Formats: sequence, structure tokens, C-alpha cells
Amino acid sequence: MGLFAGVLGRLSWSALPHAPITIGGAILMVLLGLAVAGLLTYTKRWKWLYREWLTAQDPKKIGVMYLIVAGLMLLRGFADVLMMRAQQATSVGSSHGVVSADTFQQVFSAHGTIMIFFVAMGLMFGLINLVVPLLIGARDVAFPFLNAASFWLFVAGMLLINLSLGIGEFSAAGWLAYPPLSELRYSPGVGVDYWIWSLQIAGAGSLLAGVNFLVTILKMRAPGMTLMKMPVFVWSVLITMIMVIFAFPILTATLSLLALDRTLGMHFFTAGQGGNAMMYVNLIWAWGHPEVYILVLRAFGIYSEIVATFSRKRLFGYSSMVWALASIAFLSFVVWLHHFFTMGAGADVNAFFGITTMIIGIPTGVKIFNWLFTMFRGRIKFASPMIWFMGFVFLFTIGGMTGVMLAVPAIDYQVHNSLFLVAHFHNMIIAGVVFGFFAGVTYWFPKIFGFRLHDGLGKIAAWCWIVGFVLAFWPLYILGLMGATRRLDHYDASTGWQPLFIVAGIGAVVVGIGVFFQVLQVVVSIWQRNERRDLTGDPWNGRTLEWSTASPAPIYNFAVIPKVSERDAFWVAKQRGDKPERPEYEDITLPKNTPLGMVIAGFALIFGFAVVWHIWWLVLLGFVGIVTTIIIRANDEDTEYTLTAREVEKLENQAAKKRRQYA
Amino acid sequence: MCYNKHKNQLILDRRFPPKTMKLKLKIVLPVAFAVLVAVVTVWYLKRHSVPILQPRGVVGQKERGLLGFTLLLGMTVLVPVFIMATVIAYRYREDNPKRVSYTPEWSTHRVAETIWWGIPITIIAILGVVTWRTTHQLDPYKTLASSKKPLTIQVVSLDWKWLFIYPEQHVASVNLAPIPVGTSVDFEITSDTVMNSFWVPQLGGQIYAMPGMVTHLHLLANQPGDYAGASANISGSGFAGMKFTVRGSSQANFNAWLNTAEHATQPLSSATYATLAKPSKNMAPTVYNHVQNDLYDTIVMNYMMPSDTKSTTGVKQ
Repeated sequence: MGLFAGVLGRLSWSALPHAPITIGGAILMVLLGLAVAGLLTYTKRWKWLYREWLTAQDPKKIGVMYLIVAGLMLLRGFADVLMMRAQQATSVGSSHGVVSADTFQQVFSAHGTIMIFFVAMGLMFGLINLVVPLLIGARDVAFPFLNAASFWLFVAGMLLINLSLGIGEFSAAGWLAYPPLSELRYSPGVGVDYWIWSLQIAGAGSLLAGVNFLVTILKMRAPGMTLMKMPVFVWSVLITMIMVIFAFPILTATLSLLALDRTLGMHFFTAGQGGNAMMYVNLIWAWGHPEVYILVLRAFGIYSEIVATFSRKRLFGYSSMVWALASIAFLSFVVWLHHFFTMGAGADVNAFFGITTMIIGIPTGVKIFNWLFTMFRGRIKFASPMIWFMGFVFLFTIGGMTGVMLAVPAIDYQVHNSLFLVAHFHNMIIAGVVFGFFAGVTYWFPKIFGFRLHDGLGKIAAWCWIVGFVLAFWPLYILGLMGATRRLDHYDASTGWQPLFIVAGIGAVVVGIGVFFQVLQVVVSIWQRNERRDLTGDPWNGRTLEWSTASPAPIYNFAVIPKVSERDAFWVAKQRGDKPERPEYEDITLPKNTPLGMVIAGFALIFGFAVVWHIWWLVLLGFVGIVTTIIIRANDEDTEYTLTAREVEKLENQAAKKRRQYA
Repeated sequence: MCYNKHKNQLILDRRFPPKTMKLKLKIVLPVAFAVLVAVVTVWYLKRHSVPILQPRGVVGQKERGLLGFTLLLGMTVLVPVFIMATVIAYRYREDNPKRVSYTPEWSTHRVAETIWWGIPITIIAILGVVTWRTTHQLDPYKTLASSKKPLTIQVVSLDWKWLFIYPEQHVASVNLAPIPVGTSVDFEITSDTVMNSFWVPQLGGQIYAMPGMVTHLHLLANQPGDYAGASANISGSGFAGMKFTVRGSSQANFNAWLNTAEHATQPLSSATYATLAKPSKNMAPTVYNHVQNDLYDTIVMNYMMPSDTKSTTGVKQ
């Protein structure tokens, strides 16, 4: 393909969707976008949106935007789930289900990619943005602009992956796109390119966010908060950020090599001509396995905070917990081969990686015991975060056990790539990461928004998720033992699999009811926000610094930076009955809002879209745009503003007055 | 809930979950649900074919044994954790009318922590030894013990079907692989398309099929029967149809099949192969005779050569 092959590269009218289900999806997305735009115009909110949100540098606002984007993507990924369940429940024998094989493969590829990169990562980075500065007694992150740029790159990746629904197609090669299938010869369309570039852009955002939060935690803790006095959630973030910094460059490099193969006709991973697909599989899992722990360790951190708070007791075995986190992080880098025991490595190699894998079970088991012993001799309040936690203990432990089973190579030979494996990793990611996130967002919600979520509706949602999860994934374990491989768009009636697939479909619907209750929970809580105000700043009788400031936290988090002498600093202060001193306000310097992060990501989106479609002039434009914007930003000296001590006092008094009105 | 002055909210907070729901019910219901799931599972498994739990080959049997052992070992942690979680949650709930101890500052206990570092370490140590041994014992590259002479079958995954070449017998078959029972069969596996995974669950575990690469899987069928096989790795739009049958039969029946195969109507020359290798879906079993001698090696080596010499092999366009 020549450099001047046409102004629009490969793009033509034929790129518009053909399959009814894709057309429907694309139209729905366009309509939703138009509805939101219409609403903003009608309520004259564009300026507000731009000033208060799109240009925001405050990590709390960026966190909220992360949650909104990831929440929407959760709905998109869940729509994919319903399609997959419908297909597998009906496509048996002479019936061929609701979608074609190719569409089905695009659907599950999109499901995996979206759920990991744009839901799990988005939710976790959102939560980190919301609370990490508060937890360490800081007013901001180390690099606020970098933070905004990370978020907007995440959005650009998200937009690119969703563009594939309306323009062109998505990858049908699975969420990790193993070559040679993902190579040009076997996947000549734009689908894999969409996959590569949306992950490249979002991945760059994750890496930058990793650097940012690593520095934030290392350099910006409140005076007196030594590393071993940090809340465990902060430890989990610190450790995962180190993992992000080690793991994500591997992803970037691997995807770049695959892109070179596809775009410039190179042969890193092609079948033949010196290409080696096994290299890709090694590299992608050298990132992919740590990635799983990048997600779940932070959930472990969230559970540690929640269990201690709701048991009204110190977290049991703090240093054990920290060492467990650190050792899991280290081990997660030396187990990647267990994703492909069946590639034919020798018994020594397989046994080595099998054993390193099961060793991870040791620190993980210790964490479970420590959480249970935090509850032991506590006064446990079963608010909805604790329901999520209890669901986690049961379901995650089952997933841990099946994980240890899969770690034995000779067992893995049998159940690898079967639905048994699919059930296992959903046990880890849904019960571990997703439940942890839901628990965390319920817990920290009042600190950000100033009012609590409806607890009863949250409990119902949690129960729906737990029961629905069992119904959706227990059948998959059995199906795996019955010889059902993953990703089947059709199977024979004689297999006897259909009833189980139908049960799994019912499970997905039950989870869907849970999602409905969560949406209802948010709506009802916003509706009743005035009665649900958190006036004390400490709705749960909390332990850590974030509860010492008002809810919602002011833009500067703390009018006076707290001093820390112990773990659970706020709890200790309350126990001692410390009276708040008359605050001595000081000048506070904060970053000015700027749209440039969004502009960089906008150019990145243009760049990605243009590479996918081989529109080379636009690629150049996107690239020059990114570089120029960075140079402009780098030369901007006027990026901060100062709130004087008097202004801070005024803001504090205003907020206090407002709180008195609600009381 | 503290600030429920508003009437609506008062009702909502009280109604969900209903206060009338007895606390014990909250424990009984999940337990009943778990028991129900277990009962239905056993009932279902009994009425259906579950290849991994009903192996008909030595490898599959050993793998099932290992699965059972690991499951039991896992249960020794799982069951205590479940009981502990339930009991602790019940006993130390905030509204427990009984007076139970509350030690808000108690956060470390050296002996206790040593115990629960110790338990998983012990279990993983046991499992580690078992893993090391079984991984070597069940190495798919190892020939299986048998009094009979081992048989080699060359396997080629294609879009979207499986070609089985019997190199010594010079016959070949698509989507059907007859084997004699009690014989260690060396499946020599490659791919002439993307990656696939060769899996016959009733006989034993799987191994990847990769272009330009040869992997080995040794299997042995204990008794006659048709054993369903499939590709376990996604390979494009015809993936779901990449099913095949391994037919275990007595040596006599196997020989009889070889005889008929030798009289098949189609020889497998490089030209027929080129046609066969073209993508097709759900192909019915087909038998070939006079398999070109170096066909399998050519297929493998094809991917090792620079592209400009490719066309001369006659296998690939």
C-alpha cells in the first residue's frame, strides 16, 4: 500500500456496518450521544461542562470522570455478555443462534478488551484518583497535568474501540489477539488495528498514571506518615504502580511489533519468514499476568480498609499484609508461562512455572486469614460494602482453589482454554476486582459527593451479583469438564451442554438485575441527596485521614495538612478525644484548569484512527498535533494559582454554613 | 441510617432488605442455595457424558486422579475458611444480643500468624512435590508404556479441519483418526494455518498446533469407542466446527480400516493437499491413500523458508 494510496486510505462507505445487530448498536450509541448533547444544550450546560469538568486538573473530578466512562463501558461490556449468552444458549444443532460466527468472535473479543482495559482499569484508576491524595493527607497528585492527560488518553482509547462498532469492524481474534490469527494474512480487516491502537493509546495513559501515582505516594505523604504507617490501600496502589511501570512497556513494545507486522509488512510474529508467534505469546503474558495482579491487588487494598472500618478494629497483621502484597507483586512476574503450558515446553519448565504459580496462593491465603481475623472480636456493621466483601471471600476463595488446580500443568492440559478456565478467571476478576471496586465506591462515595448511597438497594444489588455470578459461572466449570472449549459460536445438541448454557444465561440476567439496582441506587441517592448528606465528614466511623476532612472534600482536600504519628491516624485521634485546634490557614497553590490534556488525547485519537485506516496525512497531523501541544504546555509558565489563607478561611466557612443548613 | 427524615427513604431503607427476614435465614438461605447447586450438579453430571471425569485413556485417567487429589487438598483450606467466615461474621456482628468480646486494638498475634503462613506453605509444599512429579510423569512428549509397538500419526490443523497422516501406512484421513486400543500413539502435531489446540478430552490433555513447529502428544486409548476431539484455540470463523473423532478400535478392526483406506479413491499428492488446505467448514471425514512421502515435512518446513522460494514447494500459493 503506497503512501499516497488515496486521501482516505482504506476508508470508504463499505466501512459502515452491515449486520443488523451492529447497525443497531451503532445507531443506539449515536442517539445516546445526541441525547446527551441535546440535554446539555437545552440546560445551557456546555460552558459549565467545559470549565468545571473537561478542563479539570483536580484528581477528584478526574476520578469521577473515570468512573462515569468506566461505568458506561461496563454497560457496553455487559451488552456484549447478553449477546454471548443468547448466542450460546440458542446456537445448538440445526439452529445457528442470534449472530454470525464472525460477529460473535468480535463480540467476545470486544467484551474481554473492554472489561479489562476500559472497565476494570478505569474503575481502579478512577478510585485511586478520588482517594489516594486524601488517604495520604495530600492536596493533589504530583503531576496534575500528566494525570489529566492520562485520563484523556484513556478516553481516546475508549472512543477508538467504540468507533469500530460504527466504522469498520472490531478484532475477531480474542482479547489478546494471538498471532498468526491476528496477522494481516488471516485478519486482513481493520479490526485488529483498532484493537492495537485503542490499547496503545489507553496503555500509554496507564503508564503515565503509574508514574504519577508512584511519585505522589513516595513524595507527597503527610508529615509523619512513614511507609509503614500508610493505609494498606495506599500500599497496594504503591506496589501496583511499580508493577504498571514494569509491565506496561512490555505491552507497548509487543503491540508495536504486531503493528509493524501488520502495517509495514514486517515479520516479528508472522507464520513463516522468521516470524515467531510463540514470542508474542510469551511477551503478551509477561505483561498480561502482572496486569491481573495490577487489578486485584488494589482490590485487596480496598478490602483491607473496609474490613477494618466496618469491624471497628485495627487491621490484623498489617506487616503481613504489606509483605503479602509485595511478594504477590514479585511472584506475578515469574508465572507468565502458566498461560500456555500446552505450548510444548519441557516438563522442567512447566513444573517450575506451575510451582511458582501455586506459591502465590500462600500470601493470598494469608490475606484472607488476616481479613477474617480483623473481623474476629470486632463489632461488624454489615453495610453494603461488607456484603460485597463477604461475597468476595466465598467466591474468590473458590476461584483461588480452581486457580491452584489450573496451576498443576497436567491438570491444565485438560482444562486449558475450556470454559473451566473462563469460569476461573471470572471468579478472580468479578469477585476480586469488580466486587472490590463496588465496595470501595460505596465506601468513599460520601467523601467525594457529600452524600451516602442508599444502603438497602446496594445490598440487593450485591446479592443479585453474588447469586447471578454463581448461576452464570458454576455451569461453565461443569461445561469445561464436559469438554466445552471457550469461544464456541455453535455446538452439537448431542453434547448435552444446552441446559447449562441456558442456566448461565439466566445467571447473566440476574447479574443484570443487580446492575439495574445499582443504577437505581445511584438515581435514588441523588434524588434524596439532601437527606443523605454526610455532615460530619466521617459517615462510617473511619480510621484514615480522608475522614478527617469535610464531605465533599474541598478542592484542596485539607485546609490544614494533617500530621501523622501512627497508623489509623484519624481513629487514634478520635480515641484520644483530640479536639480540633483552631486551624491556622495558609496559602494553597493549585493547578489551573487547562484543556491541553484533552487536546493531546484528541490528537492521539486522530492519530490512532488514521493509522487504522492508513490515512497517512492524518497520521502526520495527529503526531504533529501531539508534539506541538506538549511543547506549548511545556512552555507555559502560568499553570498554577494561589488561594490565599483568607480565601481558604472563607471557603471553609461557606462550606460549614452550607452543612449547617442541611442539619 | 441516620438522616432518614424523609418518608420515602425511611420506607426504602426499612423495606430493603426486609427487617422481618430473620438473621438466621440469611445464613440458611445461602447454605441451602449452595446445597441445591451441589445436588443439581451431581444429578446433571450423572445423566450426561462428562469426558474429563470419564476418561478412556491412561493419560486422562491419571489427569482425573490428579484433579480429584488437588480438589480435595484445596477443600482442606476452602471448608475451614468458609466455616470461619460464616461463624465470625455471625458471632461478631454489631447487633448480636449476646455479649461477645470486642478488642479494637488487637491487631497482631505472632503464633496465629505463623500458623496461617504455615498452613498454606505446607499445602503448597505437598502440591509442589506432586506437581513436579506428575508434570514429568505426564509429560505429553513421553511415550506411554505398552506391550504394543507405538504408532505415529502426523496431525495437521487446517482451516477448519484436521488432517491425520499415517506416515508408515501411507494413508491419511480428515476429521477422523482411527487408532488401535492399548497402543501408545504419538501425535506429531503442526499447523498449516493459525494456531490451534489438539484436544481429545476423554483420552487426555491437549497441546498446541503451530505453523512451522512440531509438538508431540502421546495418548493411549484403553477401550474401543469414538472419542470426540476439538480445537481448543480460536482459529477464525470456522473454529467451532473444528471437531474430529478419534476412533479407538481393536488391532484387527484398525488393520481392516487401514486396508480399506489403502483402497481409497483419492491419493494425497501435493496437488490434492493444496485443494484440501483451502478454507472450508464442517468437512465430512474423508480418507486418502498414497500419501506423498515428504508431505508432512514439507508442510512444516514451508514456514521455515524465505518467501520467494515458497511457491516452488507446490504446497502453498
